[in-house]
Amino acid sequence: MVNNEYILSMENITKVYSNGFVANKNVNFSVKKGEIHALVGENGAGKSTLMKILFGHEQPEEGKIFYKGEEIHIANPLAALDYGIGMVHQHFMLVPSLTVAENMVLGMEPKKGVLFDYKTAVERTREISEKYNLLVDPEAKVEDLPVGFKQKVEILKVLFRGVEVLILDEPTAVLTPQETKELFTELLNLKKNGYTVIFISHKLNEIKEICDRLTVLRNGKVTGIADVSDITEQEISNKMVGRNVMLNIEKEKAKPGSSVLQVKHLSYTDMHGKQVVKDISFSVRKGEILGVAGVEGNGQREISEMITGLLSGQTGEILVDGKALSGASIRDIRLSGVAHISEDRMTYGSVGDASIEENMISERYYKKEFNRNGLLDFKRIKECVNQLIQNYGIKCDNKDAQVRTLSGGNIQKVVVAREFSSNPKVIIANQPTRGIDVGASEFIRKKLVSLRDEGVGVLLISADLTEVIETSDSIIVMNNGEIAAYFEDASKVDETILGEYMLGLKRQSKEEAGGAYYAE
Amino acid sequence: MQSRKIEQRFRIIRMLVAVVIALTIAFGFVCFVSKTPFETMGNFLFGPFLTVRRLGNIVEMTIPLLFTGVSVSIMYSCNQINMASEGGFFLGGVAAAYIAVTFALPYGIHPLLCIIGGGFAGALVCGIPAVLYVKKGVLPVVSSLMMNYVSLYLGLLIINYVIRDAQAGYPCSYQYRDTAILPDLFSKTNVHAGLLIAVMVLILGYLYLYKSQWGYCIRMIGKNPNFAKYSGMNVAGTILGCQLVGGFVAGMGGAVEQLGMYGRFQYQALSNHGFDGVLIAILSHYNPKFVAPAALFLAYIRVGADIMARSSDVPVEIVYIIQAIIIIFVAAERFLEGWKHREIVKASRLELEIKGE
Amino acid sequence: MNMVLQSIFSAEFVYSILRMATPLILAAMAALLTKKAGVMCIAFESIMLFAALGGVVGSAFMHSALLGVLSGIFCGVIVAFIFAYFVLILNANTVLTGLALNTLGSGGTVFALYVICGDKGTSTSLSSLTVPNVSIPLVEKIPLLGSIVSGHNIMTYAALLSVILVYIFINKTALGLRIRSIGENPQAAESVGIKVVRTRFIAIVLAGVLASMGGVYMSMGYLPFFTRDMVAGRGFMAIAAQNLGGGMVVPTMLSAILFGAAEALPNVMQSLRLPAETMQMLPYIVTITALFFVGGTHKGEGKRHKK
Repeated sequence: MVNNEYILSMENITKVYSNGFVANKNVNFSVKKGEIHALVGENGAGKSTLMKILFGHEQPEEGKIFYKGEEIHIANPLAALDYGIGMVHQHFMLVPSLTVAENMVLGMEPKKGVLFDYKTAVERTREISEKYNLLVDPEAKVEDLPVGFKQKVEILKVLFRGVEVLILDEPTAVLTPQETKELFTELLNLKKNGYTVIFISHKLNEIKEICDRLTVLRNGKVTGIADVSDITEQEISNKMVGRNVMLNIEKEKAKPGSSVLQVKHLSYTDMHGKQVVKDISFSVRKGEILGVAGVEGNGQREISEMITGLLSGQTGEILVDGKALSGASIRDIRLSGVAHISEDRMTYGSVGDASIEENMISERYYKKEFNRNGLLDFKRIKECVNQLIQNYGIKCDNKDAQVRTLSGGNIQKVVVAREFSSNPKVIIANQPTRGIDVGASEFIRKKLVSLRDEGVGVLLISADLTEVIETSDSIIVMNNGEIAAYFEDASKVDETILGEYMLGLKRQSKEEAGGAYYAE
Repeated sequence: MQSRKIEQRFRIIRMLVAVVIALTIAFGFVCFVSKTPFETMGNFLFGPFLTVRRLGNIVEMTIPLLFTGVSVSIMYSCNQINMASEGGFFLGGVAAAYIAVTFALPYGIHPLLCIIGGGFAGALVCGIPAVLYVKKGVLPVVSSLMMNYVSLYLGLLIINYVIRDAQAGYPCSYQYRDTAILPDLFSKTNVHAGLLIAVMVLILGYLYLYKSQWGYCIRMIGKNPNFAKYSGMNVAGTILGCQLVGGFVAGMGGAVEQLGMYGRFQYQALSNHGFDGVLIAILSHYNPKFVAPAALFLAYIRVGADIMARSSDVPVEIVYIIQAIIIIFVAAERFLEGWKHREIVKASRLELEIKGE
Repeated sequence: MNMVLQSIFSAEFVYSILRMATPLILAAMAALLTKKAGVMCIAFESIMLFAALGGVVGSAFMHSALLGVLSGIFCGVIVAFIFAYFVLILNANTVLTGLALNTLGSGGTVFALYVICGDKGTSTSLSSLTVPNVSIPLVEKIPLLGSIVSGHNIMTYAALLSVILVYIFINKTALGLRIRSIGENPQAAESVGIKVVRTRFIAIVLAGVLASMGGVYMSMGYLPFFTRDMVAGRGFMAIAAQNLGGGMVVPTMLSAILFGAAEALPNVMQSLRLPAETMQMLPYIVTITALFFVGGTHKGEGKRHKK
């Protein structure tokens, strides 16, 4: 099927990762020449995979790609560039200590004799930057530029290489509102010049503002293709967050006790000077699961790492059982009863090159019960670890298996087994089920609920709305570093409502959102 | 699961292949230099086993290597490429010499104090690069190599100006007091009581690294410092601590070597025991359990090279060539990688077939 | 004390600093090149030793100082090539490879020395040639300045020239630009089609040439013969100089000169009758102290890495 209306179409794309995860299933995605096309979906919906395929980072199991009416095969990113498809990554592909002009011409440097012709590089950069009205100083060093300008350099770099289709991966995530505005003018300008833009985003107002058409992905499948003018934000949101599966978590109504974790006026500014957490207050009560819903990158990671001590430099107060944690070491924080499931399970949660046993004792090895005569009591440790392996159903040969040889779900179970069995008063669970199989996910959620029943407070941070709603007792919604909403009773909300708050369509009043904090 | 076993087997095979390649290249050199290459190579390979004295030589040479092998294993386990065990060994020997010459102490206590003094000197030498790393982020490779030279000249300063025996006719210290000397264990050889201390250090080193909570922390930090931090371990303190312990062991080795093998301090240059320790630690995969065979192997080729050098024109330095070739091939991750990959694929296919049935 | 001060501020002392700093400058420039390419190379010690021996042997057998220099460089470059091959192609750990090559350097050169001239200490039995000293016409007549700047070994001038060339190479050529980009952000470089492995290979080999020149100077200029382990840690000091120079060309050269001064100092301090060992320790203590104050690029305690 060749349709000349479309400059680019991807047909029946299916991508299965080696761990069996189906990231794209029969996805059809077409873009018209000269449009700004939005690709929307929740975290993990398959947008990135689809774009990786288009840019040659991944190869699909099935499906065809047509470009300008001809079928093409994209072996790697360089081939994609040759065809005229370029991508601006969220993490910039720039060399910080080089100037803008040097970055621009890297790999295709103009020369004068044996020397690099910097003057020509600067001139060409100036030309192209003026031509597309993306004004940057060609002689400025990239490391000195604000993020918005770095992004301009990235866009220019791609244009400089003769690209006609531009993929922008969540370009506004790192930008201030003013920078975003500027970017939009530039994109509209590009569109006027005949360029095609694929715009990946979560932010519905932005899509409404500049996009012509959109494709919605959910769970690796296309759930909607429409002209932006024909669809309301409400409808987009519904297509994005519709219920995926019934999780069927049986639980009784929570009987929350006193606050075990209190966060007061917490703020954090990152190294780029962007305030990522803005004056947040909330409490987790004993015997309650407080869910934190939100698109990733809205301050959740920072909150969890500030509570657990991995990140410091915040303002505000964090109290566990009424005691302030300021200045406490990570071990002190853990000793006060905080357990932590990090969202980054291979960087923080585990050591791939060590055994299950070694991974499981990392926060308790020094305790009296595991030491005898000055040495580690491996008999005790073995008993403890084997018990945990059994209780958590970890599939492995034995306790000495290297963690990196396990499946993702089993690695996460190792982490969870350690953290849940540390006698916690409060558990910070950040994306505890991301990227793991259904069985392990269900197991972990049920464990959380049973710990709650024993009186543990749980802070459940997740980008998976269904998980948040089904597992939590109360919910806060994060948007842009702030609490956009607090729902005391999680059973009274659904994905649509949460979606509106987390995508920034709605916002509760200060008083309503402030309900998340309990003084007692 | 299969693949893990293959990887383990692969590691051993790669080591053996490295040894074979090194010996082959060495043989090439021997052919080039010697008129009777087969006889010479025979002397090299079998000579060490021919007399009790030579067997004793192997053990004598093994003793200091056990110390430095354990020392480097401890220091490298937390992913610190600290080369100062060389300087630590040297300065440890100097400290022991100073105590052995200067103080009058009873038997038993005297060598003990010498060895402890040597240990502290070694800890100081290896601790400085660690402080630089922990406080300032200076990678220990370069700073520790600089420390080696400082230790050398500091040591020579003490030997040549504080405890020099002007009557000796060559630069060396006064004779060690009898009370400080470590006695020989067997007649016909110079195998001395230091062997017992070395074996003790070997066992303690193993317990420290693999059975104690400190060793556990050290190994976890070496494998993933982020995980260690997340779990609440004191990363900087542990790094510093284990460099000090490693340095202490190196210094002890220097002391024991002096008291066991020499009557006075005679080194005028670094002895290379620390660098040998690096090779041993790499071969034993930083596990003191395997330090003994690795050290014996190195001592064996040393003694073999010595015999070869005396009976032919092949200089003893051929050992360093062998050593270098072994390290470089063991370090080369992708060497034989294709073979390993094929084995793993074959194994997983087999597994699938079995499951399929 | 007065005498010491006098000799420190004398022209001879400044002259001897340059003499001592020559191999350090060359090797530091080599270290800078590999650093820029993002490779931690500690094999300079070995490269310099082999080059020093190669120079002596080459000049003795071919009766030409120039051919000697070239054969020295050839020997050093082979070592650099082995390093690059193992590190880049066989993915070997850089530090261990460097270490192994350094072991090979101190053992292999003595082995070869013994085989060639039957002596394990020096090459004095070979009638090797040296690279001559040259006077710069006119300049040599200028009082004070003349006696500092003129009359050096050709290699000393080559070292100073190499600073300029390395500066131009890194900052003004396309290849230099590419080397800088792969050192800082290899993914970015790869994304625009730069071959990372090949470029690093080139950088290491070029560094090998520079370090080899430093090695050749040791045995054909600084001394007129080869002695065992004559490089004596200069390859490592060069890396320290590079660290101290913060990856910039001119500060790196100045650091190398500082270390050269520390080596030259013992000669003028003789009148103080201090033990020789204190003076020999000096360059290394200066290096460690300098590293402490400048600090490393690597933050000690598991600093959070941004993905």
